[in-house]
Amino acid sequence: MLKTFKLGGVHPKENKLTADKKIIQPPMPKTVSIAVAQHIGSPATVIVKKGDQVKVGTHVANSSGFVSSNIHSSVSGTVVRIDDVMMPSGYKKTAVIIDVENDEWDESIDRTPDLITETPLDAKAIIQKILEAGIVGLGGATFPTNIKLSPPPGMKAEILLINGVECEPYLTADHRLMIEKGDEVMVGTSLLMKALNVSKAVIGIENNKPDAIKNLTQLARKYKGIEVCALQVKYPQGGEKQLINAITGKEVPSGQLPISVGAVVDNVGTAFAVYEAVMKNKPLFERVVTVTGKGLKSPSNFLVRIGTPVKDLIEAAGGLPESTGKVINGGPMMGKAITTLDVPVQKGTSGILVMPESESFRSEEKPCIRCGKCISACPMGLEPYLLMTLSAKKIWDRSETSHILDCMECGSCAYTCPSSRPLLDFIRLGKSTVSKIIRSRKQ
Amino acid sequence: MSDTLIYTVLVISTIGIISALILYYVSQKFKVFEDPRIDIVEAILPGANCGGCGLAGCRAFAEACVNANELKNLFCTVGGNESMDSVATSLGLTAIFKAPRTAVVRCNGTCAHRPKTSQFDGASTCAIEFSLYSGESDCSFGCLGLGDCVPVCNFDAIHLNSVTGLPEITDEKCTACGACVEACPKMIIELRKQMPKFRKIYVACMNKEKGGIAKKACEVACIGCGKCEKVCEFDAIQITNNLAFIDSEKCKLCRKCVSVCPTNSILETNFPPQKIKPEAATEKYNPIEA
Repeated sequence: MLKTFKLGGVHPKENKLTADKKIIQPPMPKTVSIAVAQHIGSPATVIVKKGDQVKVGTHVANSSGFVSSNIHSSVSGTVVRIDDVMMPSGYKKTAVIIDVENDEWDESIDRTPDLITETPLDAKAIIQKILEAGIVGLGGATFPTNIKLSPPPGMKAEILLINGVECEPYLTADHRLMIEKGDEVMVGTSLLMKALNVSKAVIGIENNKPDAIKNLTQLARKYKGIEVCALQVKYPQGGEKQLINAITGKEVPSGQLPISVGAVVDNVGTAFAVYEAVMKNKPLFERVVTVTGKGLKSPSNFLVRIGTPVKDLIEAAGGLPESTGKVINGGPMMGKAITTLDVPVQKGTSGILVMPESESFRSEEKPCIRCGKCISACPMGLEPYLLMTLSAKKIWDRSETSHILDCMECGSCAYTCPSSRPLLDFIRLGKSTVSKIIRSRKQ
Repeated sequence: MSDTLIYTVLVISTIGIISALILYYVSQKFKVFEDPRIDIVEAILPGANCGGCGLAGCRAFAEACVNANELKNLFCTVGGNESMDSVATSLGLTAIFKAPRTAVVRCNGTCAHRPKTSQFDGASTCAIEFSLYSGESDCSFGCLGLGDCVPVCNFDAIHLNSVTGLPEITDEKCTACGACVEACPKMIIELRKQMPKFRKIYVACMNKEKGGIAKKACEVACIGCGKCEKVCEFDAIQITNNLAFIDSEKCKLCRKCVSVCPTNSILETNFPPQKIKPEAATEKYNPIEA
């Protein structure tokens, strides 16, 4: 019996249309818009100005605080302006806009393809390199990795979990990375183990990726302390708390972080980025993005430079189909529809999903029939029907005591509701209001 | 009469008398002393329990007034100066005069002026749309049109106009309690001084982006050109962040700003029609006559 997480979960159709598509590079964009806020925490401070010449890897914005991240140019060319640009999030944010000229890389980056497995750097130096390279969680949360690798005083990491689950339907970026860059992922994992001073790492992979499981299990024999664990296919197995529960059996207490049970979870893409940063001196400026959807001429896995307009990627995938209803940034469960194709790819962009009109609709909302399916589906053990009503009626104190802040916004409740109720919409509203109330209480 | 009947009557009467004595004793021992003036003040107040005063209902306000040394920070916008005068008289304090205020919705981005560039499919409340993205048009500051401001009004003073898609305020009923101001996640409702005959002159726009971008998103956006600021003789208009603001305290309702505004972003309500000067002869849109 394959391991899985204990509570809840749903089984959306996998639709992994691009599982066999090798990672390719799309054509170089003409301009890129590199956002200064592509991570959790305070936006980075721009250190270049209009007219500056930059190379690939040039440092363009500085981490502005403890929870912040460095940002590097993904192209070579001239800085055209620093302006507010519409982002995939649906809001306008500041970005450094660069006109691309050639593809000149910073001399410090090692572009040779040979695998480097050893480094003289110690844990502290590795974390410093990760900070300098601007590495953030590439699973989508974009939490600065260097902070995750520095547990708060009194807490120690016992095990490192590498998230190769990719439970979102349609997305295959991590899948292809595990097949094509398996060795690099392994070395990256060893580096993370060294940084955390742990001797055990487990790579969790959902069972719908047998080729990735086979490849990494084979490679794991060469690396001390790393093992691969195949997991049952169930959404949201890729949630960090669900991954910890499935692999270690432990449950992270409400309101706590994974480190409280001795676990640190990092995405497989982050492990790869760590390898490149520490061993090849390469800052984070490109990532694998799955551009997919029924009706797309050539759905693909692209290695994209950060800041590339989504429009360019869709062109490279065969152009926007006539029948398109929505273009989603991310997967169909937790992704968000974009309002224009003129938005740039960011560090957290794992996929672009082009959804046909026939599937892009919300069913009519009907009254709650008290079936309890949402409770059965919730992987965090919450009561979504109740949290929605409390939010709608603005009963914030009871929302807080009903653990609304434990919600990870996976969407399983709304997915399974037979009355098509907008459960997640109201719960998200409740979460942000309750967070605001708690913050104002502290002042 | 049988013995049973006599004994029954006696026992029940005794129980009744003892209970009455206990109740009387308890009601005297645990009596809550309340200043009788609180009841008097509460009777003067409108009794809407709207929370506009900042306190938890009319009784709480009455209590606060009775316990206060002066009425400086206590004002009921619903009852207005009339009821505050009565409250002051009954308590032997001096009333503070406050000019009556009213609310205004600072957006004129109707479907005609502000084209929709996307469609929102989520739950139908402004708060939720606001939490997801900046709105169905290219203006990230304008009204979302889902009417969160309507159900919070205790005085039936704000309703969504089905043609324009924007909320409209009935000035005669508005008490400036502030409920709609708080309900609006975009903060486009402003409380300002109420003018004679409910006349208003206000900048019906909240867009702080550069003029070109604002105008592209909405025909009647404020582009921050500054013409209104220059023409105002009473120093009532200020441009900050590409947006004009008319201070209702200084405005004398001369309407010069309305005629010079190149995008018709400044609206006048409840006025007789103005003689249109040649250089400002562009079509005017009055939201009341939708």
